[in-house]
Amino acid sequence: MSTMADAPGTSRQAVAPRGRGGIGQSVTDSLIVAKRNLIRMVRIPEVIIFGLFQPIMFVVLFSYVFGGSINLPGAGVNPDDYRGFLMAGIFAQTVTFATAGAGAGIAEDMHKGLIDRFRSLPMARGAVLTGRTLADAVQTALTLVVLAVVALLVGWRVEEGILKALGGFGLLLLLGYAFTWIGALIGLSVRTPEAATSGGLVWLFPLTFISVAFVPSQNMPTFLAHIAEWNPFSATVMAARELFGNLPAGYPVPDAWPMQNPVLASLLYSVVIIVLFRTLAVRKYRSSAG
Amino acid sequence: MPGAIHAEGLVKTFGDVRALDGVDLDVPEGTVLGLLGPNGAGKTTTVRVLTTLLRPDSGRAEVAGLDVLRQPNEVRRSIGLSGQFAAVDEYLTGRENLQMVGRLYQMPGREAKKRADELLERFNLADAADRTAKTYSGGMRRRLDLAAALVVSPPVMFMDEPTTGLDPRNRQALWDVIQKLVAGGTTLLLTTQYLEEADRLADDIAVVDHGKVIARGTSDELKHRTGGERIEVVVHERDRIEDARRILAPQGKGEVSLDQHTRRLTVPVSGGAKLLAEVIRELDASGIEIDDIGLRRPTLDDVFISLTGHAAVVNDAGTDPEGDGDGDSRTATAARGTDPKNPEVTQ
Repeated sequence: MSTMADAPGTSRQAVAPRGRGGIGQSVTDSLIVAKRNLIRMVRIPEVIIFGLFQPIMFVVLFSYVFGGSINLPGAGVNPDDYRGFLMAGIFAQTVTFATAGAGAGIAEDMHKGLIDRFRSLPMARGAVLTGRTLADAVQTALTLVVLAVVALLVGWRVEEGILKALGGFGLLLLLGYAFTWIGALIGLSVRTPEAATSGGLVWLFPLTFISVAFVPSQNMPTFLAHIAEWNPFSATVMAARELFGNLPAGYPVPDAWPMQNPVLASLLYSVVIIVLFRTLAVRKYRSSAG
Repeated sequence: MPGAIHAEGLVKTFGDVRALDGVDLDVPEGTVLGLLGPNGAGKTTTVRVLTTLLRPDSGRAEVAGLDVLRQPNEVRRSIGLSGQFAAVDEYLTGRENLQMVGRLYQMPGREAKKRADELLERFNLADAADRTAKTYSGGMRRRLDLAAALVVSPPVMFMDEPTTGLDPRNRQALWDVIQKLVAGGTTLLLTTQYLEEADRLADDIAVVDHGKVIARGTSDELKHRTGGERIEVVVHERDRIEDARRILAPQGKGEVSLDQHTRRLTVPVSGGAKLLAEVIRELDASGIEIDDIGLRRPTLDDVFISLTGHAAVVNDAGTDPEGDGDGDSRTATAARGTDPKNPEVTQ
């Protein structure tokens, strides 16, 4: 081409500095991507605002509509008992719904070609996904704060002191974080953001309803009760309930191990989900043919 | 010396589709290779393999002397990729986009910021630097995408259909940018469906179809291979077309073809400008009014059709940036029959 003739003496051009590699680079890259996702959240506040509608509606509907008619074993028919019992369930359900957001966000990045851009850069392996899940965790934490305020307004109280309550919120946040990794894998596996949203939501309904979140497992057929009591989601609900002091005095805790040791079970389940789905999602990310 | 890009026997299948069926490429340092082919020919798949985004089923490739399969992260440090879909985050500002990319190339924050400012200036985006990319026009997004690919001044660049979907003015502007870039010595592999684009930007062209390189050479070499020149006449009045055809027929060395819609007659010839002058005199003597007449060299379109048996792009309005057929020679006159060495000079 003619332009080559007038090219100046072509010197070797600067290329990217060699990365530090290792954990340091993973952390830095993840934070850069997290920052990018947080900026997006601030610029599209609708997502957070609409995301709050459903849980707030659940708090109000369940407390006032079902409140009086659901009997807790070992408790009277006092609606306040059920309200307290319910809140941990709604909090937990809310954090798991972050799955859909993470999945849709990643599917959109794939769709728009941003994942290709990231994958062509000398970045740390899992940074794009870690950054996304970290940003989602910030959003989940915000949502929990708003929800806690609404719950306090309708009469929910923590009975075991602030530290334990914070521990309960910590476990909820960890569960939400674990579930965003499932969302990440879904987002990488489907072709469109729409599919990621519905694919991220459908299985959450059975998961969160066949649990001890809304009704006691004692009221279910034996078969379902077993599933509910071993459901990882139930473990976190039960742990939060225990840490918030929201179990009615005479409530017969089921015999299943996760129900008897909910805090430990919740931690274990969340960590296992994170390790498993992070591994799968990062592998998928690196091989995704887009 | 091995080229800046070297590929051997790349094969990639997706289910039943053999997207790449043994692609070999060699791009010497500091040159531009145009990968030309229709949709689905394997252009994008080739770029994805060379930029480490996709693992081939077999074959090997080196970019900037680094093995794409064994040293992917080293390769990523030395390349810039500008995609078919402008891969910028539309909710970030132009500046934020470029800074983020710089940081992800492990530039220190301050350096990334400085580089972003330089690039925004150079790509004429300084005024829009603090607006979100969502508010940018198509041309601005492409420029931002290109700027993102240049954050570290990579020695090897890949551009996958850089001007697809742009209007003629923006396409022209982007071509100017790309030409300046390669004048600085960057090796570039460019895919395109636009024959004019390959003609204009590439030193060498590789024609790809069904996952294979089916022809290779400079634009002129490919055109020569396709065969000689021809005369094209656009007759003003439809009812004089047959008269014109009778005048052209004895001069040609093949069939006279007619495009009814545009009233254009085409005939292969071998007499050059002298013959053209004679045809003009005869048409004039018979009182046939003509809208346009010219001696045409084969275009890359013709090359493509003769190589593959089908057009590069069928009826794609976007194919033709000039809106009047092939921009190179439609208005060709006898004077332009002199074999131009550099296609862009004739623009």
